[in-house]
Amino acid sequence: MTELEAGSTTGPRRSRPISPHLQVYKLTLSFVMSGFHRITGAVLYFGMLLIAWWLIAAASGPNAYSYFEWFMGSLIGRLVLFGYTWALLHHMIGGIRHLIWDVGLGFEPAEREFMAMATIVGSILLTLVVWVVGYLAMGGPR
Amino acid sequence: MRTPMSRVRGLGAAHTGTQDFWHQRVTSVAGIALCIALVIIVIGLLGRSHAAVVQILGSPIVAIIMLLFIINTVYHMWIGMQEIIIDYVHEDKLKLATLLANTFFCFGIGLASAFAILKLSFGV
Repeated sequence: MTELEAGSTTGPRRSRPISPHLQVYKLTLSFVMSGFHRITGAVLYFGMLLIAWWLIAAASGPNAYSYFEWFMGSLIGRLVLFGYTWALLHHMIGGIRHLIWDVGLGFEPAEREFMAMATIVGSILLTLVVWVVGYLAMGGPR
Repeated sequence: MRTPMSRVRGLGAAHTGTQDFWHQRVTSVAGIALCIALVIIVIGLLGRSHAAVVQILGSPIVAIIMLLFIINTVYHMWIGMQEIIIDYVHEDKLKLATLLANTFFCFGIGLASAFAILKLSFGV
């Protein structure tokens, strides 16, 4: 910075145009959903530890697998898995929304609002469906 | 002075052009099918004994789908976390450290998971 200032021969530094940051924009649903997409992505990133643990435990033997089963069967484990399910489905549906934009569709205000709502409602409904099917597959809650 | 052509040849500051952007789209499309497959596999394994889980996870179709899921996901999440780091971490040394940590984490998760799937498939 000092070098730049020293090298400047035109007196006071001109203020350069800067790119506006988040706070100048109106808070819209699409804006919030964009944040959620990134947050769920980061959550799923660390959630991959669970998938790795699951696979390694299964490959290690019955003893290691029983620890995994104990954790996932506990209340905390179930809450984590429920959150993971929602994050995964939210990121997936939100990702489909981004792919639709990538091919140049869905930019009208009404379409954007609809897709944002569909991501919220769809991800919650799908999470519930997956869990109901999961419990049915196990033969009821245990 | 750089002409537009030299910018194109140089492929921008990262020297890889839009490769990460495009690969993130490719892995996201593949990820839709693979995530649905993962959910179905997990539901099918709920409440089963360890022996049954090993047998199902080690069967060729399931193991291949799981391997595809792991490889696709760790690449997708590597690009995604790199983008987050580049957006928020501006201090050079910290940026370098977090970018390296991202690579090590994704590589470690990917290799460990792939090894586990292969062990389930081939036994021993």
